Amino acid sequence: MQRYTVAVLVRNQFGVLNRVTSMFRRRRFNIDSLTVSETESADYSRITVQFAGEEVTKQQLVNQLYKLPDICSIRELEGASSISFELLLIKLRNDPAARDSIRAAADAFKAETVDYTRESIVLRVTADSVRIDSFLDLMRDYDILEICRTGVVSLERGAETIRSGMQV
Amino acid sequence: MILSGADIVVRTLIEQGCEVVFGYPGGQIINVYDSLYKYRDELRHVLTAHEQGAAHAADGYARSTGRPGVVIATSGPGATNLVTGIATAFLDSVPLVAITGNVPSSQIGTDSFQEIDITGITLPITKHNYFAGSVETLADTIREAFQLAMSGRPGPVLVDIPKDVQQATCDYEPRLPITAAPPHPAKDIRIQEAARCINDAQRPFLYFGGGLITSGAEAELLEMAEKLDAPVGCSLMGISGVPTDHPRFLGMQGMHGHYACSMSMHHADCIVALGVRFNDRVTGDRTKFARGTKIVHIDVDGSEFSKTVPAAHGLRGDVKLTLQKLLPLLRETRRPQWQEEIAKFKAEERQSADQRPGMTPKNVLEAVNRRLGPATPVATDVGQHQMWAAQYLRMRTPRRFLSSGGLGTMGFGLGAAIGGALGTGERSVLVTGDGSFGMCLNELATAVKENVPVVILIMNNGVLGMVRQWQTLFFDKHYSNTILDRKTDFVRLAEAFGARGEAAADLEALNAALDRAFAADGPYLIDCAIGKDEFVLPMLPPGGSMDDIIVKAGG
Repeated sequence: MQRYTVAVLVRNQFGVLNRVTSMFRRRRFNIDSLTVSETESADYSRITVQFAGEEVTKQQLVNQLYKLPDICSIRELEGASSISFELLLIKLRNDPAARDSIRAAADAFKAETVDYTRESIVLRVTADSVRIDSFLDLMRDYDILEICRTGVVSLERGAETIRSGMQV
Repeated sequence: MILSGADIVVRTLIEQGCEVVFGYPGGQIINVYDSLYKYRDELRHVLTAHEQGAAHAADGYARSTGRPGVVIATSGPGATNLVTGIATAFLDSVPLVAITGNVPSSQIGTDSFQEIDITGITLPITKHNYFAGSVETLADTIREAFQLAMSGRPGPVLVDIPKDVQQATCDYEPRLPITAAPPHPAKDIRIQEAARCINDAQRPFLYFGGGLITSGAEAELLEMAEKLDAPVGCSLMGISGVPTDHPRFLGMQGMHGHYACSMSMHHADCIVALGVRFNDRVTGDRTKFARGTKIVHIDVDGSEFSKTVPAAHGLRGDVKLTLQKLLPLLRETRRPQWQEEIAKFKAEERQSADQRPGMTPKNVLEAVNRRLGPATPVATDVGQHQMWAAQYLRMRTPRRFLSSGGLGTMGFGLGAAIGGALGTGERSVLVTGDGSFGMCLNELATAVKENVPVVILIMNNGVLGMVRQWQTLFFDKHYSNTILDRKTDFVRLAEAFGARGEAAADLEALNAALDRAFAADGPYLIDCAIGKDEFVLPMLPPGGSMDDIIVKAGG
């Protein structure tokens, strides 16, 4: 099993996200995260999909995506040649006994305190998925109240863009 | 010129070269039907008894002609009645354009009368679908639907048009019929790699499906078979792709495939797969299928490569254009040893052939064979009769075997036979069973009204034969709900619909009935009695492999 990140440029049309996720559902592709956002052009949206699986599964997912007419371009983004980030918000119980060690871990991961009350602390971390997983793992020693992750966003390094791969 | 959306729909269909469309009117498509009335001299509309029948008829039209079939239905139940027909076309890659009406845009999402989210419902069973939200883009949307339906791997496309868009007006400029996206051959490097693999093979086997017919690559396939001295077999969808009597053709492969074909494929060291997929009815147990065999897979849809069984080489491209580039790279070879093995398989097949006299499935279909013209379209329903038709009928022209392969839709046949007859201008034949025929027999009304010449042969055994066969073999003869025991008199039923019909209890009666049926002016039904314990053989048990093949009943 390996973790793959695939960026998909789609026509910015009503229901396009539904078409993509419907295909994932019906073919039983198990997705770890999926983000959708506007792009530099109003004509396109960008979907970033992260999932774990075998090489054949990834190939099958990409092939099936290409069959959807609203898909304009697909790029597999590999660790070395791309930059990927996601954002984590984590709310912990503000336990005086744990406060210092939480702070130490937060410092190590450059986590920022974005909310602080007598009962709770909310930390924000922006990092790649692996680092966020590690941070979460550390936090499991404390009393986690709730978690929210954005899912990964990713761009290729250098001047190359997803649109240079477009089939016109 | 300024036209209403409804007029634009009909004018665009005419512009795209449609001659006949199938459908059923209703409240939210009434404007389009008003336009069909206006343009009735330029576009024929065939009213069916049920929207499902209309979808199957449009499908049969498309399969037999290669041109997109068009079906029109109203919102709500009209649209949902199309679903089985659209799914049937989707699983068999048939170009179909479905047009549905919907409630006015202002009412969408309010659960108004006969409102249904048909674009949502058909999402996984169409290549693509559209909600036509504005009259200005309506003509282009329909053109795009035609192009998508025809291009690459064909399939159904649905356009849902709310009533207010049908009523709104805008400028319409006629265009030339849109053409499919131009086909491309596979990449040269892939073709070269594949050629090396094929040239290294000792026992090559050419295996084709519906994609070969879509691509029109029969001549290239046969040239390749000659050059490689290789046998040829097909999937159910490939039937009619090459003439049944061609000396290199071993027939169909799969669960009920011809013995020699399945054995040759099993013993091949290289399978060249052309416009065909490897579904479970073909492979049986995937892990045991064609082990140690290299698969060279040529298909316009790259997602088929290694989907179920690993392909050594995947060549994404049009089958015909790819074969044209591949052929010169192949070494002409004679393979006496391989041919000897194949001859042995054929001899074994002949030995277990059904030699019984009387109303056996084989003898019944041989009687049909003697009357088939070179281009007679033959439709089937689904079940035992379908497999017998695939095994015994002699097809001579591509696109003339109309059968629901992927979805296996009982009730497909009568609509398809009507569409096939109207598309080709030939008398069509429907081979069906009493179970399947019972599902959509209401389309007899359509065949009568439109005076469609269709010979309906019901292989009537009083049971749901295919399920019964499984119950006999795998469920201790617990015939749960497969004994129909109905009192339907099919001959009088035909007469009630205004068709003619007769029953045939023996071969002599059958031959006489077929003579009358093939000379009749309109639909003609023959209720042909066969035994309820006839088996479809050979049979690979579901999930089994060639080691588990059942060749003889009780053995």
